[in-house]
Amino acid sequence: MARYIMQRIFYLLITLFLIATISFFLMKLLPGTPLTAEDKLSEEQREIILEKYGLNDPEPIQYVNYLGRLVQGDLGISFQFDNRGVTQILMNRIGPSAQLGVQALVIGTILGILLGLLAAINHTGFLDYGSTFVAVMGKSIPSFVFAGLLQYFVGVKLGWLPVALWDGFEYSILPSIALMIFPLATAARFTRTEMLEVLGSDYITTARAKGVNELGVVFKHGLRNALIPLVTIIGPLAVSLMTGTLVIEQIFAVPGLGEQFVSSVMTNDFPVIMGTTLLFAFLFVVIILIIDLLYGVIDPRIRLAGGDK
Amino acid sequence: MDNNRLSKDLFVLKEKQNDDVDKISRPSTTFLQDATRSLLRNIPAMVSIVALLVIIIMSFIGPKMNDYGYDDQDLSRAKMPARIQLFEDISWLGFAGTLSGTFEGATVEEATQNALSRYGGNEEFIDIEIKNEGNGTKDSAKVDATYRIYEAKDMEESYFWFGTDSLGRDQWTRAWQGTKISLYIAFLAAAIDLVIGVAYGGISAYYGGRVDNVMQRIIEILIGIPNLVVVILMIIILKPGIISITIALTITGWIGMARIVRGEVLKLKNQEFVLASRTLGSPDRKIIMRHLIPNVTGLIIINTMFTIPSAIFFEAFLSFIGLGLAPPEASLGTLIESGFKSLQIYPYMLVFPAILISIIMIAFNILADGLRDAFDPKMHD
Amino acid sequence: MENMLEVKNLKVSFDTHNGEVQAVRGVNFNLKKGETLAIVGESGSGKSVTTKALMRLLPKPHGYIKEGEILFEGMDLVKQSNKQMQKLRGKDISMIFQDPMTSLNPTMKVGNQIMESLIKHQKMSRGQAKKRAIELLHLVQIPNPELRVNQFPHQFSGGMRQRVVIAIALACNPKVLIADEPTTALDVTIQAEILDLMKDIQKEMDTSIIFITHDLGVVANVADRVAVMYAGKIVEIGSVDDVFYNPKHPYTWGLLGSMPTLDSEEAELFAIPGTPPDLLNPPEGDAFSSRNQFALEIDFKEEPPMFQVSETHFAATWLLHEYAPNIEPPASVKKRMRGIASTASGPKGDEQ
Repeated sequence: MARYIMQRIFYLLITLFLIATISFFLMKLLPGTPLTAEDKLSEEQREIILEKYGLNDPEPIQYVNYLGRLVQGDLGISFQFDNRGVTQILMNRIGPSAQLGVQALVIGTILGILLGLLAAINHTGFLDYGSTFVAVMGKSIPSFVFAGLLQYFVGVKLGWLPVALWDGFEYSILPSIALMIFPLATAARFTRTEMLEVLGSDYITTARAKGVNELGVVFKHGLRNALIPLVTIIGPLAVSLMTGTLVIEQIFAVPGLGEQFVSSVMTNDFPVIMGTTLLFAFLFVVIILIIDLLYGVIDPRIRLAGGDK
Repeated sequence: MDNNRLSKDLFVLKEKQNDDVDKISRPSTTFLQDATRSLLRNIPAMVSIVALLVIIIMSFIGPKMNDYGYDDQDLSRAKMPARIQLFEDISWLGFAGTLSGTFEGATVEEATQNALSRYGGNEEFIDIEIKNEGNGTKDSAKVDATYRIYEAKDMEESYFWFGTDSLGRDQWTRAWQGTKISLYIAFLAAAIDLVIGVAYGGISAYYGGRVDNVMQRIIEILIGIPNLVVVILMIIILKPGIISITIALTITGWIGMARIVRGEVLKLKNQEFVLASRTLGSPDRKIIMRHLIPNVTGLIIINTMFTIPSAIFFEAFLSFIGLGLAPPEASLGTLIESGFKSLQIYPYMLVFPAILISIIMIAFNILADGLRDAFDPKMHD
Repeated sequence: MENMLEVKNLKVSFDTHNGEVQAVRGVNFNLKKGETLAIVGESGSGKSVTTKALMRLLPKPHGYIKEGEILFEGMDLVKQSNKQMQKLRGKDISMIFQDPMTSLNPTMKVGNQIMESLIKHQKMSRGQAKKRAIELLHLVQIPNPELRVNQFPHQFSGGMRQRVVIAIALACNPKVLIADEPTTALDVTIQAEILDLMKDIQKEMDTSIIFITHDLGVVANVADRVAVMYAGKIVEIGSVDDVFYNPKHPYTWGLLGSMPTLDSEEAELFAIPGTPPDLLNPPEGDAFSSRNQFALEIDFKEEPPMFQVSETHFAATWLLHEYAPNIEPPASVKKRMRGIASTASGPKGDEQ
C-alpha cells in the first residue's frame, strides 16, 4: 500500500510539473505583452514595468525563477491589481467557490443516492421511470440553462431568493442548486445501476434466505455494497463541479475563483490565469488521489489485500 | 385411469425421425439483428433520432427560411420579441410580439409611470391592466403592462420568429446558424477523437509488449492533466475560432476512447475465437478486420455518441467564460451567453437557444443510452 | 414418519418479453423428518426454481407461483405473508447455494453474517451470538474459528466459504435444509469433505435435507430418496435403490447411461440426443418424447400420469401402462446401474 501511495504521489508531481511548464511556455508564446493593451504608457514607463515584473530576463531564467517561487506557493504578481500577489487574490476568492462546490457536491450526491435507491427498489415502477427521467434531464441539460431558469423564475418572477451577488447563505442557494443538478443526476443513475446489480446478486438471496427483512436487505446488505463503487465517481464529479463553478459564478456574480478567472481572461491578466489554472490542476489531481486512496480504505477486499488492484 | 379412452394402437413404438431431435425450436437471430430490434423498440431513442434529424435539417434550411442574414445589424429593430404569424393571437405561447411585465409603485399612476419609462414612454402602444389599486405605501400598487412593440416601431408587417437581439439581428436565423456551428464543432471533435483514439488504443493493445508499455505511460501522465485546464490554455494561445475550439476539445478528448478501445481489444485478443483464428493461420489483417473491428464497433459508436453532447457542452461553456467564438459568429453557446445579459427584461433571447441546446443534449444522451442497452448482450433476455 | 414438507401440484412461471415461461409444471413430492431427498435433472429442468419457490425467493418481479400448495408442518407457505416468511426463513427452512464465491456478502465480516440470523430468530445478544458463531465455525470444521470469525469472505478459500455458508444455514437448527448444488463449484476432494460434513451434521441435528444436484454419484452417496426432474416435472421418484436398480422412465435410463463409473468396461458413454424442450411453448404429450428412443405413439399425444411401481416408487411414463409393450432398459444402462450402485455403497475413499 505504501509503495502504491508513493507511486501515485510521484505521478502527481510529474503531472503538476508538466502542467506548470506547459502553461508557462504557452503564456510566453502569446503574442505581445500584457501591456500592449494600454497604449497610453510611454516607452520609459513600459520599460520600468517590464523590469519590475522580471519580463526582461531571458526566458530560461524567468522559468527557473517561476518554478522556484511556485514551490514556495508564490504564484507571482497580478498585472491588473497592482502589487497584489496572485496567491493572495486566489485565497480571498476560494471561500465562496469552496462553499458552492461542497454544498452542491454533498447535497447533490446524497439526494442522488436516495433517488437512485428508490428507483432500484421500485424497479420498472413509477418511481423508477420518474428517477430515470430526472437523471437523463439532469445529466443532459447544461447547468447554465438550469441557472437561467432558476434565476428567472425563482429570483426574478417569484422573488423568493436573491438573483445574484454574495451576501450570506441565501445568496448561495440558487447557484448551489444549479450546480448540484449534475452530481444529483449522475449519482442517481449510478446508484440505481449498482443497486440493481447488487440486489440481483447471490449474497442478497443468502440474506433473504436467512430471514433478513426487506429493510435490512436493502440497507445493510445492498446499499453498502452499491455505494463502495460510488466513491470512484465522486472525483470526476468534483472536477465537473470546478468546471461548473466557472460558469455559475459568472451567472450569479459570485466573487469566487471562477468569476476571477473569467475576468482575468477578459483583461489578459496572465499571472492570475496561470495561477488559477495551476490551482485547478492541483485540486484536480489531489482530489483524484484522495478518492482513490479512500476507495482502498473502505473496500475491505482492497484494504486487507494490501495491494493495488 | 380412463382406459377406454386410450386405444391400444397408440401403444406402439414410434418410428424415429432423427433429424428433428436437435432442432432448436426458437428461430435464431444474429447479434446485430438483436441489437437493431432492441433499438427500434426503444421509443425514447427513436424519438431522439427523429428530433436530432429535424434539428440537423433545420440547422441547414432554417437560416434560409427568412430574408434576414445572421449578421444583419439594424439597431432600429433591436430587442424585438418573438412573433410568429399563426401563433400571435394565442398570448400564452409567447409569440405575440409584445413585451409585458408587472410594475409596482405607491399608486397606480406611479406604477404606470414606471411601466411607461421602461418601454420608452409611448402611451399609445402600451396596454395597462390594474392588478392592485394600492394604498399609498411603497410598491403597494401593481399593474400589468403590455407593450405592442411591433406597432410602436411601425413594423406590423415584420415577423421575427424568435425575436431579435440587442443589435437587431434575427434570432431565428442566428439560432439555427448557431446550432449548425455547434453541431459542426461537436461532430468534428467526435470524429477526431474517434480516429486518434481508436488508432492509439488499437495499436497499443494489438502490438502489446514494449509498444503498449510506452504508450500507456504516456496516457497515464496525460490523464492526470485536467482537460479543463488544457482546453482553456489552448484557447488562450490559439485565439477563439471554430478550428481552435475543435483542436482544444480533441487534444485530450481522444484519451477516453483510446483507453476503452485498448481495454476491449486486449480482452478480445485473448479470447478463444481469436486464438483459434490465429492458430488456423489467419494473417493479422484478417484477424483485425474479421474479429477485432466488428467486436469493438458497438463500443466505439456508443462512446462517440457520448462525446458529441459533451463537446457541445464544452463549446457553450467556453463561450460563457469569454473564450468562445468571436462576434458576429454565432454558436448556441454565444447566443445563450448574450441571452443571459438581458435575461431579466428580455428572457426570450435566452429561451430559444437554451431550449435548442437542451433538446440536442437530451436527445444525444438518450440515443447513446439506447445504443448502449442495445449493444449490451446482458440486456437481451 | 411425519411429513415435514408436502408439495402439491406446484406450478411456477416467469414472465419474459416473449411470454410466460412455465419453469415448473405441476410438481408433487413430500419430505420426511430426517430424510434426504435428492432432486436430479439437467440444467433448466426446474430443480432450482422449485426450491426457490419453497423459500418464496423467486426472482421478483418476473417469477411467481402460479398454482399449488407447499405445506410445511401443515401450514401452506404459498399463502403466508412476506413477514411470516421472513420469520420462517433461516429459522425453520434454510438454504445453501451453489457458488460459495458469490453467496457471501463481500463487505461484511463472516461472523456478522452468521450472527445475523441468530440475533433475529433466537433473540440472542451480540455476545452470545458471537460465541455461537464461533461454535458453528468449529462445527463446520474451520480451523481457528476465534480468528476467522472476524475475517472477510475474500480471506477464505472456496471450500472454506462453503463451510461458512453451511454454518449460516445451520445457525438456528433448521428443520429443513435446502442445498442447491452445494458442491458443484468445488474441487472433487473438497466436494467429498463437504458431503461428509453435511451427512454428519444431519445425523447430529436430524434435519431434513433437499439436495439438488445433477451428479448421480453424489445422489447415491447422500440421498435416501431421489426425484428425477425433466422439463419442469418430476418424471420418476423413489428410494435410491428403486431409481438406481429399477429405473422405469427412459429419461432416467438416459441419465444413468450418461454417467461414468470407475469400473465401466466400455469406453463409450451414452448421451441423450437433442436438447430440452422450450418451456415457453411446452410440447404436446410427454415433454421427453422427441428425445426418447422408446417413445410410443401416445407419448406425442397425451401426457403420461404417475404410475405406481411399488409402495415408494413412481414414474410418469406410458411404458408402465398395461397396454404398453414390455421394454427393458438397454443393456449398457443396466450394467452401468450396477456400477453406480456399487460405487455409492462401497467404502468411503474408493471414490477418489
